[in-house]
Amino acid sequence: MNDTNEINSALSPGSYFFTGNEAAAEGAIAAGCRYYAGYPITPSSEIMERMSQRLRDVSGVFMQMEDEIASICSVVGASWSGAKSMTATSGPGFSLMQEAIGYGVFTETPLVIVDIQRAGPCTGQATKVGSGDLMQAKWGSHGDYQIIALSPWSVQEMYDQTIDAFNLSEQYRVPVFVMSDEAVGHLRERMDISPTLRVTNRYKKSGAAPFGTEEKDGVPPMPSFGEGENITVTGSTHNEFGVRKTDDPNVQEKLVGRLNHKILNNREEIVQSESYYMDDADVIVIAYGFTARSAFFAVDQLRKTGKKAGLLRLKTIWPFADKLITEIGRKGKKLFVPEMNSGQVYGEIRKYADCEVIPYHQTNGRIIHPKDIMQHIERIL
Amino acid sequence: MARDLDAYLRQEVKSTPFCPGCGHGILMNIILRAIADLQLDMKNILFVSGIGCAAWIPSPHFNGDTLHTLHGRAIAFATGAKMANPKLKVIVISGDGDLTSIGGNHLIHAARRNTNLTVICANNMIYGMTGGQVASTSPLGAVTATTGEGNPYQPFDLCRLVLGAGAEYAARFSVTQPLVLMAAIKKALNMETFTFIEALSPCPTQFGRRNQADSSVQMLKALMQDCVTREQAAKMDKVVLKTKIITGEFSHE
Repeated sequence: MNDTNEINSALSPGSYFFTGNEAAAEGAIAAGCRYYAGYPITPSSEIMERMSQRLRDVSGVFMQMEDEIASICSVVGASWSGAKSMTATSGPGFSLMQEAIGYGVFTETPLVIVDIQRAGPCTGQATKVGSGDLMQAKWGSHGDYQIIALSPWSVQEMYDQTIDAFNLSEQYRVPVFVMSDEAVGHLRERMDISPTLRVTNRYKKSGAAPFGTEEKDGVPPMPSFGEGENITVTGSTHNEFGVRKTDDPNVQEKLVGRLNHKILNNREEIVQSESYYMDDADVIVIAYGFTARSAFFAVDQLRKTGKKAGLLRLKTIWPFADKLITEIGRKGKKLFVPEMNSGQVYGEIRKYADCEVIPYHQTNGRIIHPKDIMQHIERIL
Repeated sequence: MARDLDAYLRQEVKSTPFCPGCGHGILMNIILRAIADLQLDMKNILFVSGIGCAAWIPSPHFNGDTLHTLHGRAIAFATGAKMANPKLKVIVISGDGDLTSIGGNHLIHAARRNTNLTVICANNMIYGMTGGQVASTSPLGAVTATTGEGNPYQPFDLCRLVLGAGAEYAARFSVTQPLVLMAAIKKALNMETFTFIEALSPCPTQFGRRNQADSSVQMLKALMQDCVTREQAAKMDKVVLKTKIITGEFSHE
C-alpha cells in the first residue's frame, strides 16, 4: 500500500487571485511534481509557462519538447526515473498523446495530464470553450482500459484536483486527467491555500514484481530506474516481471483484467460528487466543469422563487458515477443534463438512470448561460 | 560453453528472437563488450528502445533497466528518464525506421538539445518485423515489399543528419567491422553529450532475399564489399562512390 503524509504547502498559506491555469501549476508543485514536459497550445500554455518558472524554484526539471507526443513520452520516462511528472495540453495535443496514454495505462505509470478543453473538433475555435474531450479521455487510445478523469469547476478546484490527480495516479498507478476547460482555465478568482496538504507517496517494495500482485484488484509496487531492480518495462503484453508474453492468452486476459478491475472495483473510493437542493427537487440538473457553475446559479435563483430544482455536480467523470446515477434514477425525478458537447455525459446517464433524462447541448464555443438553464428547467417543471 | 558476457544478460532469457543471419546478434555482442570493457555498472544503465527487431536487442535481454517503448518514441522516453535522473547512463538502441522515420523528429531535437544520450541505430535498411517494406534508409533502387520496381528515393545519410542537427559525434560502421564499431561505441559512451552510432546490420530475411543476397553469407559479403572507409572514399571515383557506404567517425570539421 502507498503511504500518505502531510506536507507543508509550497506557497505560503493564504488567499490568492489566480487563474485556473496558474492554480493547476501551483497544485502540481504542491503535490510534488518535479518533471514537466509540454508543447505550446492555446488555451493551456499558461500552465507550461508557470511550470517553467516554478520548477526552477524547487529544483525540478522543465522541458519544452518538440511536440505533444514527445512531451507525454518523456513524462512516462521521467515517472519511471522516480519523478512525479505531468503535462498539460488542449484538444489537438490531447489527440496526439493518445497512443502514449495507452502506454501509460499498460505499464501502470503514474502521471497527470491537464486538458484545458477548447471547442473542437480539429483546430475548431482554439480560444473558445468546449467539453468535447470526455469520451476521448475515456476511449482515445486503442484497446480496453480504464483511467481516472476529474472535472474542476473553479480556480480553487484546479489547485485541489491537480493535487488529487497526483495522489490518485500514485495510488492506482494510472494516468489521471484533469479535464478542465478554457473557461475555468482562464477564469481568475480568489482561491485559498491551506498550510498543509496530504500527498500519496509511491509504493516501493524491493524485489517485488512490478506488474503483478496477489491481491485481488491490487496495485503492485513500482520501482524506479537506477535502483538496481533490473526493471523491464514494455508496452507489449507482459508477465508480472515485465517480460513480454505476446502469445499467451492467459497472461493477456489476466493483465487487462487487473488493469480494469483496479479502477472499476475501487470506483466507490474514486468517484466524487457534490449535491445541492437534491432532496425535494422535482428536476435535478446534472452538470460538471464550468457548466456546473451556471447550473448552480440557475438552481439557486429558481429556489429563491420556490421552484424545486436541484443540482448534482460530478467532480469525477471517469470512472463514471454509475451507482449514484442509478440511485437517483430510481427516485423517478426528471434529470436535466446541460453540456458543452453533443451529449457525452448524457449518454452515460441514460445508461444508468431509469427515468426521464433531458439533454441540452451547446457546441458554439460559448459557455452555457445560467438563464438558458433556468428557462429549460422552468419548461421541464 | 562459457559465456564471458553472462553477467550482462538476463538469466531467464534463454535465446534471442532474431532470424538466422540477422546482424543484430553481433551488434548485441559488440554493445555488451563495449560496456564490459569500460566496466560500466549495468545497475546504473537504462536501455531504451522503440518498436521493431532492433528494439529487442536490449529488451528484455540486457541485465539492466530496460524500457521498451512505442514505435518511434524511444528518444522522447529516454529524454524524460535522463532529465529526471541525470545519474543514469541512458543508451537508446533501436532500428532505422523507428529512430529516423517515425521517430525522426525526436532524433534531430535530441541532437539539437545535445541531451546526454548515446543512440545506437541498428540500420538494416528495411522494415524487417513488418515484412520488408521500404525504409527512409533503403538504398536507391532497392526492391522491397512496397517498391517492387526499386526504391525511387534516396536514403537518409543519418550521420550527416544528426551532425546537421547539432550532434557532436556520429559514427557509422557495419557489424562486419566489429572492432572499429566497438571502439566507436566506447568513445560515444565516454562522452557526456548526444552521440549517435549507426550500425549497419544485415537482414537476409527481408532485405537480402529481394536484393540478390538471400543467404546470410552473401549478405555479409555484400556489406563488406559496399562499406568503404573515409580514406578509401576520398580516393574513389564519384560515380562508384554512389554505390558505396562510407564508414567512419564524423564530427564537425
